[in-house]
Amino acid sequence: MSLIMSASPKLPQASVPDMGPNLTSIDGRDPGKPAFSVSNLNFYYGTHQALDEISLMIEDRIVTALIGPSGCGKSTFLRTLNRMYEVVPNTRATGSILLRSEDLFSIDLTQLRRRVGMAFQTANPFPKSIFDNVTYGPKIQGDFSRAELSDLVEESLRRAALWDEVKDKLHKSALGLSGGQQQRLCIARALALKPEVLLLDEPCSALDPISTAKIEELIVGLKDTCAIVIVTHNMQQAARVADFTGFFLMGKLIEFDRSTVIFEKPKRKETEDYITGRFG
Amino acid sequence: MASKLRTSSRSQKWRGVVGFTFTGVATLISLGALFSILAYLIIHGIGAIDWNFLTKEPAAVGEAGGGIAPSLLGTAILVTISMIFGVPLGVGVGIYLSEIAGETHFSRVARVSINTFIGVPSIIVGVFVYFILVKPTKTFSAVAGGLALGIIMIPIMARTTEDVLRLVPNSIREAGLALGAPRWHVMLHIVLPAARAGVITGGILAVARVAGETAPLILTALGNEYYPTSLFKPIDEITLRILKYARGPYDVWHQQAYGAALILVFGIAIGSLLLRLTTRTQSAAR
Repeated sequence: MSLIMSASPKLPQASVPDMGPNLTSIDGRDPGKPAFSVSNLNFYYGTHQALDEISLMIEDRIVTALIGPSGCGKSTFLRTLNRMYEVVPNTRATGSILLRSEDLFSIDLTQLRRRVGMAFQTANPFPKSIFDNVTYGPKIQGDFSRAELSDLVEESLRRAALWDEVKDKLHKSALGLSGGQQQRLCIARALALKPEVLLLDEPCSALDPISTAKIEELIVGLKDTCAIVIVTHNMQQAARVADFTGFFLMGKLIEFDRSTVIFEKPKRKETEDYITGRFG
Repeated sequence: MASKLRTSSRSQKWRGVVGFTFTGVATLISLGALFSILAYLIIHGIGAIDWNFLTKEPAAVGEAGGGIAPSLLGTAILVTISMIFGVPLGVGVGIYLSEIAGETHFSRVARVSINTFIGVPSIIVGVFVYFILVKPTKTFSAVAGGLALGIIMIPIMARTTEDVLRLVPNSIREAGLALGAPRWHVMLHIVLPAARAGVITGGILAVARVAGETAPLILTALGNEYYPTSLFKPIDEITLRILKYARGPYDVWHQQAYGAALILVFGIAIGSLLLRLTTRTQSAAR
């Protein structure tokens, strides 16, 4: 704790959030440990620096929102948390990220992505059946019997609030679903791996208000099993779903605090300007 | 000002009329030429086609009767051999260029080479195989013919495979990687199945292309009057048969050349049609 604090003198409140009621331990996880402890993270696309000395803690079983104008680095930051940036050539991250207490950069990639699931800006189901979409991850990550896979599919789809809509057409193509259903399917697909963290990169930006409401409801419902980090352009959405919110600007984390603080009495002028719509 | 506007709009209208007329007439002339070929083939060739024509060996020189069965069988064998060489290599190159190579100097050179090879006259491939295989083994053969056709197939397959794989949205690849799948797994189990219909279409187009080749086969497969007995001996092929009969002095041969050409054209047409139907039902099922 003290190390993080000294590394990020700008954000003292971020490193000692009041976690409220005690969390019970499930899955053998240490509930006291934050999901991610990030310190002095810098990120470069070639020579362009996209993240500048980011330090924060993302607590377990909490929804954390990342907001900021386009190009501020919030999506880039999200993609460091499961090392998705590695698909882009000439990228480099320095600093440290701990997943629980392990060095995220030395975790086996397959393992890391099992533990840290992700859903993207546009729903990207595979051109396969709904069932095969959900079982793709588990089939790679383990040996499950057909019956176990069936149970897993039902459980994951229920948690993604999609089961009732698709239970009669599990073997139909996922591409026949509506946009909102496809996005929930993508979340179910990630949940099938029982991740400790779910990363959501603007999951509602292409959806109508009703589908958005369903996904927001689902996000709130998921936080008793995993930590959720959501990047969003929609500040109302952040205020509605997130317990903590981080404001990014030009690669820097300007302010990170409880959402109530960020949206009601932000400490930094840049944050206030942004959330009141004075720029951005 | 108003008059200026009117003049310019009148000249644009005139240009429009010229444009429509030229393109319309060009289309009519081209279609006319294509349909004349077809009509000509049907008129002259339909009389030659009967059961014997499809099932018999050629008759003695200049005599009536006989068929082109060895040529049909030979064509099937040559196309099969060409696919054994051409499809795995071509698809492999396409996958490499689309999924693995990225934008390196090597991949750029490879891409330009592939595009150039698509345009290389097939006789050059024939000459190449003649010198590396036919001359050293001192015999024309089915293998040499199939190899030549396979080499022609490689750049076509590579190009279409790369093109259809690039059509698969990147977001699907990301989704696979985000679930912890290794790149090869995403490629094999997500990207390739998503592009399956396109790869198959490319394969059939490549087969249709090589099934109509003549020049490289003259130097490699040579032709044969009888049923093939060995892959290492000269073998007949339908275009070789057409060439031989069309150039020959006998009316019977001329008619049979038309008949064989008609079968080739309809074979390829029916093949493409079946392909369209099967890929359509496939994509509807998905």
